[in-house]
Amino acid sequence: MKRVKLKTPARYIINTSLTVLLYVLLSVIVAATGLRGEYYKGIIITVGINIILATSLNVVCGYLGQLPLGHAGFMAVGAYAGAIFMKATPAATLLRAGNTVALIPYIIIAILISALVAGIFGLLIGIPALRLKGDYLAIITLGFGEIIRVVLTNIDSVLGFKFTYGASGLARIPKFTSLAVMFIVTALCLFLIHVFMKSRHGRAVLSIRDNEIAAESVGINTTFYKTTAFVFSAMLAGVAGCLYAGYIGSLYPSTFKFMKSIEILVMVVLGGMGSMLGSVISAVVLTALPEMLRAFSDYRMVVYSLALVLMMIFRPKGLMGTYDFSMGNTIEKIVNNIRKKKEVKDE
Amino acid sequence: MSFSLLVAQLINGLQTGSVYALVALGYSMVYGIIKLLNFAHGDIIMVGAYMVYFAIASFALPPIVAIILAVGVSTLLGVLIEKVAYTPLRSAPRLSLLITAIGISFLLENGAQLVFGADQKSMRSMITGTVSMGSINISMAAVVTILVSVAIMILLSFVVNKTKMGKAMRAVSEDMGAAQLMGISLNKTISMTFAMGSALAGVGAVLYLCAYPQASPTMGSMLGIKAFVSAVLGGIGSIPGAMIGGFAIGILEALVAAAGFSMWKDAAVFLVLIIVLLFKPTGFLGKKIQEKV
Repeated sequence: MKRVKLKTPARYIINTSLTVLLYVLLSVIVAATGLRGEYYKGIIITVGINIILATSLNVVCGYLGQLPLGHAGFMAVGAYAGAIFMKATPAATLLRAGNTVALIPYIIIAILISALVAGIFGLLIGIPALRLKGDYLAIITLGFGEIIRVVLTNIDSVLGFKFTYGASGLARIPKFTSLAVMFIVTALCLFLIHVFMKSRHGRAVLSIRDNEIAAESVGINTTFYKTTAFVFSAMLAGVAGCLYAGYIGSLYPSTFKFMKSIEILVMVVLGGMGSMLGSVISAVVLTALPEMLRAFSDYRMVVYSLALVLMMIFRPKGLMGTYDFSMGNTIEKIVNNIRKKKEVKDE
Repeated sequence: MSFSLLVAQLINGLQTGSVYALVALGYSMVYGIIKLLNFAHGDIIMVGAYMVYFAIASFALPPIVAIILAVGVSTLLGVLIEKVAYTPLRSAPRLSLLITAIGISFLLENGAQLVFGADQKSMRSMITGTVSMGSINISMAAVVTILVSVAIMILLSFVVNKTKMGKAMRAVSEDMGAAQLMGISLNKTISMTFAMGSALAGVGAVLYLCAYPQASPTMGSMLGIKAFVSAVLGGIGSIPGAMIGGFAIGILEALVAAAGFSMWKDAAVFLVLIIVLLFKPTGFLGKKIQEKV
C-alpha cells in the first residue's frame, strides 16, 4: 500500500485555515455573548499572552534543558519598552478616534522594539549566565530578573526625569491589544518557535539538551546555540510583555516579581518540558480556570505549587512529556488507517 | 560620615550578616550532601518566625519556650520536607529536584498566607536595651545575635569535624555510593543534615525577629535568597565560608544603605552574586569541582 504523505504547502494551508477558523470562533463567542463578551475577551487576551510566555520559556526550559528563573524580567523590559514607545506616539489619539488602520504601523513598531530591547537584555544576560549550569544558572537568572525589577523601580531618581515612573507605575498606556492583535501575534510567535525548532538550529538546540558534551564533540557550537535560544526566548517574552502593556494599560515593577517567573515556569513544567502543545494547554487551563472559579482564587497559588511538587514526584515529564501535536501528521495517520482498513476489506 | 555612625552601621551589618550566615549554613550543608539548592530553606525560617510570634504575642509564653518551639518546629518541618518531597526524587535528574524545591517553597509561602493571613504580624522585640562603648551605642540584640551565631558556628564545626555523625556527613557528601558501601546509612545521614540545617534556620528565625520583630508569609524568600548568595560567596559546602559570606553580605548591605542607596540594596547583593559566579564560581573557600566526561 502506498502511504499518503502530505506536502509541506498542504500542511501550511491546513494549519492556516484552522488558525483562521479558531479566530473566527473566538470573535463570534466574544460578539455573541454581548456584555459578558468584554469579560471573555479579557480572559482570551490574557490566555494569549500567557501562551507566548509559556512557549517562549519552553524554548530554554524544555528544548535547551536549562532552568532560567528570570523570565518575568524580560517580560518587564519588553512591556516597558513597548509602553514608553506607545506613549510617545500619537497612538492614544488614534485609538480614541477609532482609526485602527493608522494604528497598525505603531503597533508593529512597538512590538519590534519590545522584542529588540528584550533581546538585547537577553544577550547581555545570556552570555555570562549560560557559562553556568543547573542551579547556578537558575540563581544567576533570578538575580538578573530581580536587578531588572529594582532598576525599573529606581531608575527615575538616577536619570533625574520621569522615565518608568518607578513604583507609582507607568499609567495611561494606549490600550492597543485587541483580540485580533493578540491572536495574530500569538500565532506568529508559535509559528516562529515551530519553524526555529524544526530547522537545523532547532535540532542543534535539542542535541545540547540531550548531551552537551556529545553535541560539542560532533562540532555544534554549543555556546552560540545556547545564547541564540536564550535570546530568542527573551525576545518572545518581550513581545508578550508589550501585549500585556497594551492590554492592561498601566505597568508596575511589582507585577514582574520572582513569583511571575515561577507562574510561567509552572505552566511549562505541568504541560511537559519540551512540548509546545503542553505549554499551550497548561497556559490556557491555568489562566482560564482561576478566572472561571473566582472563589478558588485564594487557593490558586497553593494548588499551583502543590501541583508542581506532585507532578515532579509522580510524573516528572509533565502532562504531555515531549510529545508535540501536528495536524498534518494526524491527518496522514487517519487517512492511512482508513486506506489500510479498505485494503483489508477488499482482500 | 562620622566614625561612630560608621561603626554603628558595621555592627548593624554584622547583625544581619550573622542571620544570613546561619541560614547560609543550612543551604551549604544541604547543597554539600545532595547537591540540591533547597529553595524551601528560607520559608522554614518564615514558619519558625511565626512560631515565635504566636508563642510570644498570642500565648504570652516565655521567650525560651518560644525559641524551643521555633527550633523544634523548623527541624521537624525540614525533615518532613526531605522525607516527603526530596527522598522520592533522589535518583531523578537535578532539574526535577530543583523544581520540587521551588514548588515546596511556594507551597509554604502560599500556605502561610492562607493560614496566617497576608498581613505583617508585628511584635515587641524580645531583647531590648543598649550597650555603650564610649560614644558608640550598640543594641543588646546585635550583641546577642552576633555572639549566638558565632557560638553556633563553632559548635557546628565541632560536630562536623569531630563526631561520628559529622564524619558520615562528610563521607556522604564526598561519595554517596562509597559511603553506603562503608555501612553508612544514607537516609539517616541525609535526614540528620536536613534536621541540623533546619534547626539552624529556626535559630536564624529567632535572631531575625530580634532585629526586625515582624513576621510575614514572604519574609523567607528574600532572606533565603540572600543567604544563598552568602553561601555561594563564601564557597558552597564550606562552613567557615558560609560564615564569611554571610558577614560580607550583611556589611555590604549596611554600607550601601549608609551611602544613601537603600533602595538599591537588593540589586547590589545580586550584582555581587553575579560577579562572584562569573569570576570565581567556587567562592572564597569552596573546592574546585572537576567535570567528568
